[in-house]
Amino acid sequence: MRDVAIIAFAQLPSVRRDVTREEVELVQPVVAAALAQAHLRREDVGFTVSGSCDYLLGRPFSFVMALDAVAPWPPIHESHVEMDGAWALWEAWVRLQAGDIDTALIYAYGKSSLGDLPEVLVQQLDPYVVAPLGADAVGLAALQARALIDAGRVTERGLAELAAARRRQAADNPCAQRRAPRSADELLAEPYQVAPLRAHACPPISDGACAVVLAAGDTARRLVSSPAWIRGIDHRIEPHQLGMRDLTASPSTRLAAERAGALGGRFDLAELHAPFAHQEVILRDALGLDDGVAINPSGGALSANPMMVAGLARLGEAATRLMTGQGRRAVAHATSGPCLQHNLVCVLERDV
Amino acid sequence: MGANRCAIVGIGQTHHKAKRQDVSIAGLVREAAARALADAELTWKDIDAVVIGKAPDMFEGVMMPELYLADALGAVGKPMLRVHTAGSVGGSTAIAAAHLVMGGVHQRVLTVAFEKQSESDAMWALSPKIPFQPQLTAGAGGYFAPLVRAYIRRSGAPDDVGLQVAVKDRLHALKNPYAHLRIKGIDRAMVADSPMLWDPIRYLETCPSSDGACAMVMTSEAIAAAAPRPPAWVHGLSTRSEPVVFAGRDQVNPQAGRDCARDVYTQAGISDPRRDLACAELYVPFSWFEPMWLENLGFAAPGEGWKLTASGATALGGALPINPSGGVLSSNPIGASGMLRFAEAAMQVRDQAGEHQVDGARRALGHAYGGGSQFFAMWIVGRDRP
Repeated sequence: MRDVAIIAFAQLPSVRRDVTREEVELVQPVVAAALAQAHLRREDVGFTVSGSCDYLLGRPFSFVMALDAVAPWPPIHESHVEMDGAWALWEAWVRLQAGDIDTALIYAYGKSSLGDLPEVLVQQLDPYVVAPLGADAVGLAALQARALIDAGRVTERGLAELAAARRRQAADNPCAQRRAPRSADELLAEPYQVAPLRAHACPPISDGACAVVLAAGDTARRLVSSPAWIRGIDHRIEPHQLGMRDLTASPSTRLAAERAGALGGRFDLAELHAPFAHQEVILRDALGLDDGVAINPSGGALSANPMMVAGLARLGEAATRLMTGQGRRAVAHATSGPCLQHNLVCVLERDV
Repeated sequence: MGANRCAIVGIGQTHHKAKRQDVSIAGLVREAAARALADAELTWKDIDAVVIGKAPDMFEGVMMPELYLADALGAVGKPMLRVHTAGSVGGSTAIAAAHLVMGGVHQRVLTVAFEKQSESDAMWALSPKIPFQPQLTAGAGGYFAPLVRAYIRRSGAPDDVGLQVAVKDRLHALKNPYAHLRIKGIDRAMVADSPMLWDPIRYLETCPSSDGACAMVMTSEAIAAAAPRPPAWVHGLSTRSEPVVFAGRDQVNPQAGRDCARDVYTQAGISDPRRDLACAELYVPFSWFEPMWLENLGFAAPGEGWKLTASGATALGGALPINPSGGVLSSNPIGASGMLRFAEAAMQVRDQAGEHQVDGARRALGHAYGGGSQFFAMWIVGRDRP
């Protein structure tokens, strides 16, 4: 495979409700910042690809107007995925393998505040036999958390301790949304949202956007001093029907990690896209991460969860830490669908 | 283009209809995919990755349906990508799939595109009320009719060129067993007598709303060597996008379309598309878009496209058959319409198009566009290995 690296990452601070900006206004500043970090002009970008979802905006073709944020004139070589931006990054990485272009711009945005997010996500389920049941995203995650507790792999106190730790880490991240420190005892005093999940074990609802720049080989070395090289990237999907899955495991993460070369190696840090606290336990086990790995130093999706953005932001957060010397090797992960249905794993490495 | 060659070894499509009430969404996509696998003589297990595309999720009312379709498409345990680039999506999806092979990432890729318009109402989904923007209450026809009027004024084309395209594509559709509209006895009088929807576009000059899907299996050169039937080879492929709102845009002859065509011609080593291509499948949802795209794609000089159409050259048996399958005017499962153009081009160079086969077709163009004439996806496929 051709050497490709993340060379820039920019994000907006996540907020519960951004009432002042349309999607194009969310995207434009992060695109401008990422290109500036990469020392690229927009007309030098070989391929542009974005990730977003019409259902969050409640309108068709929402990505069409957002494209204005990259000022696509003269016309650009471009694509869009109706997925988290992490999959847009994968499409860009694939595109760069062809060898005829050297740089790619990826952006993602999500404005969940425009609707009732748990209700919107019901529309993501099998429309004939599951969606009509009306089980929302928090309810399905609670089923998964209950299965994990029943299996003896985590306790409600354990979830609160995990959430408290992420809040401590998020305090250092100006883009995180949930940054006020709370002890596990304080968090356990919250009422259940859907038992066994309390608010602290569920993600915040967020509006946000981020952008990443990829570059290949010598172009990456020329543009920045420490590129975060993608040593492996892969993703795998699981059955949609929850009854066909063991909700306490993530075989798709395991398989993607195997294909990406993420099993058995030593990592300084991991950015895991675990919107719900118990999902971090499942992912950590699937990836075989031990206590020596710093998990979600950014605070993770428990601290900020802009839909369609949070997965790409995990890759960007991990890469930024490597590029700024806070580690040499990282694993980053993104997820899509109910109860971790679809998972992407990326191994990132900085030159010594 | 990439370091590795990409071959299309399997092609399948559904019978397109206004309402496919005999199948679920999963049943629809599986029907096309199973036919593509059968054509390639491969099984679900042989596939390394699945790339799926469709137009807005509101057309069915299912958010990110690839999640629910993973089981039906045999994608479990594999990578699955969902592309959405408006009307051009069927083409962009095929291009994303081809890049997986050309980049050496996977060896055997299944790509599928679909729309099941009967599950919802596309006219509603195309007419959203967006704050601070004028509401587009007339669907796609309301958007594109002014562009057609501008083309007629600019080129001085006679009024009946649109009628001619509408008849020609429906005559082609009578030779295509999968086509949605198969109108016996179609002629100019029938089209001219149909109601005017968006002046100058009459009812029979517009595309239908269809349920349908299309699928292709693409492989590396090594895998294609064992294919049971001759493959189609990718000779060139690209996309171009430009903004919606920009005073410098020429929406009648968009620069993105011209740039995209130039890119694929260069990749394929084509200097004169009219001479070097046997036929083309162009995304023509309203009859007048045939002469407009003939100019945009360099088959005719600006202002001359209608003359090529009027000469009869674009009918089967003519010098440059356009839309031998019957085109979007005869079948329009929106998300799949672009991939159908790409697949029909590949069927031509595989000598697989049955009654609508262009004799001896060696190279063909597949074309798709979307948004406000701003997103373009194209490929050139050939009988010979590039």
